[in-house]
Amino acid sequence: MGKNKKELLALAACIVFYAVVQGLIMLDIIGPFWELNLVLICINIILAVSLNLINGFTGQFSIGHAGFMAVGAYLGAVLTVKLQLPFIVAILGGAAAAGFLGFVIGLPTLRLDGDYLAIATLGLGEIIRITILNIPYVGGASGFMGIPRYSNFTWVFFATVITVFFIRNLINSTHGRACISIRENQIAAEAMGIDTTKYKVLAFTIGAAFAGVAGTLFSHYFYIAHPASFTFMKSFDILTIVVLGGLGSISGSITAAILLTFVSAALAGYPEWRMIIYSLMLIVLMLYRPQGLFGNKEISLKIFGRLMGGTKRGNTQSN
Amino acid sequence: MDFSFTQQFIQQLINGISLGSIYALIALGYTMVYGIIKLINFAHGDIYMVGAYVAFFATTALKLSFFPALLVSMVVAAVVGMTIERLAYRPLRKAPKIAILITAIGVSLLLEYGGMLLVTPQPRTFPALFESQVFNFGNIVVNSQQVIILAISVVLMIILTYVVQRTKIGKAMRAVSFDTDAARLMGIDVDRVISITFAIGSALAAAAGMLVGVYYNSIDPLMGIMPGLKAFVAAVLGGIGVIPGAMLGGIIMGIIEAMVSGFISSTFRDAAAFAILIIILLFKPSGLLGKNVREKV
Repeated sequence: MGKNKKELLALAACIVFYAVVQGLIMLDIIGPFWELNLVLICINIILAVSLNLINGFTGQFSIGHAGFMAVGAYLGAVLTVKLQLPFIVAILGGAAAAGFLGFVIGLPTLRLDGDYLAIATLGLGEIIRITILNIPYVGGASGFMGIPRYSNFTWVFFATVITVFFIRNLINSTHGRACISIRENQIAAEAMGIDTTKYKVLAFTIGAAFAGVAGTLFSHYFYIAHPASFTFMKSFDILTIVVLGGLGSISGSITAAILLTFVSAALAGYPEWRMIIYSLMLIVLMLYRPQGLFGNKEISLKIFGRLMGGTKRGNTQSN
Repeated sequence: MDFSFTQQFIQQLINGISLGSIYALIALGYTMVYGIIKLINFAHGDIYMVGAYVAFFATTALKLSFFPALLVSMVVAAVVGMTIERLAYRPLRKAPKIAILITAIGVSLLLEYGGMLLVTPQPRTFPALFESQVFNFGNIVVNSQQVIILAISVVLMIILTYVVQRTKIGKAMRAVSFDTDAARLMGIDVDRVISITFAIGSALAAAAGMLVGVYYNSIDPLMGIMPGLKAFVAAVLGGIGVIPGAMLGGIIMGIIEAMVSGFISSTFRDAAAFAILIIILLFKPSGLLGKNVREKV
């Protein structure tokens, strides 16, 4: 089967899935509670896949993703509420602003590595949040209220599909290979003539831009953008998803986003237990399976084929 | 106008130094642990919270006075710190750094939310352990809490310096921090040294937690997050792994924070800490007192 044909098949599968779910929503078989969770799953997938591009594929440990989400959430809201622009412009604007910010702060900070980068991105996320908190134009500490609900399952689902396809194709391109080589060994990558700074900043910028998309969708679903939604706890939530799924596995991130959103929904009545379970999961996972559920493998139709005893040894990425 | 500016400046300087000595106590723990196993112990700020709560229960339930409570809280925190190291970090000694960092984040969240479950999320009023006295020097105000915080911090730092520089275990700690493998070859029990490092760092953090309780009269389960991060910034500022650097960094952080909240706006004081971090990392990543070490290939 050719590559293009497979892409088309996957796209068709997405559209069929969308049609079925949207149909169930319209027939009220999926009620508001599960619709909310579907939207949350999609937003979490966008966030996790984009963070995975930075943390998992490029190996730059960033824990300030919520900051970029906040930029998207607020700028999107300014565009629709204050400037009365259409929603698609708000999404693109949110993405552009978050991506630009990612570029500007990525350029100097990505010279750091490991722990230092982690703590610097955490700090940057907080600086973004505190700055927003101090802008009265967007509501300051009480948050930006009165945002219309433009997000719905359709918007969120297709944004997710585009994100996943974009990042998947990026990973499989020359640029993506360069990013992975930086993760594997930065010094060796540099010796092979890869402009490591360029690719690190590229991955950071794209990851930030998609976090901006997720932020815009988020604020236009919940009517409000509030600084307290974008603390580093939110960044840790996203990080948990990425780590659980596996650093360097897109299908892992998707699975973990679905899983954890369900866990959160199930624990909605016991909010105090949610973070305890999250934290224990992180610790136990690191002790017994530090590569996450999927490691850096992807699930594809081939695996199902192999399970059926069909094709022998596909070109799975070995590690 | 000019006169009152000077006055306010000195007042903020005093507030900053007492706050800074608390940051310095926490930063010492970060710097010692980082110096030995190259781990940002995210849970360190939460040990400080644990210390504050132990002191709270020691003074309210057990009716202990200041010094016994301080001792109890330091001992309990030391045990907690050693337990965390034993259960969560030691099995990962050979794992990639990212795995240990994520574990540390997990431990930190566990302490915060486990704490919330155990002691309820509501802030508690820390009992007043002293007659609060206020000393006036002209228009500058110094209260007895500030004096006590500074005195206890200085005493603890002197003890720590003595332990690290003059005792056998201090020598072992320095050796492990310099070259773990060589130290092991020389017959040093590295695991034990790491354990003791965690114990000492945690005890200092607990002392800081109790002092903050005395200073602000209020404690809550999430109180460790911000001071923990700021103390880390302080450790980086002074040069992580360098003990005098942590003290210097802590004091500088405290002063900058007091100045920002005094002269600009208190909402920006947390942002200021992170801005300092980024500036330091960009221009002098080894910190003020650190030496530049080129990473080995």
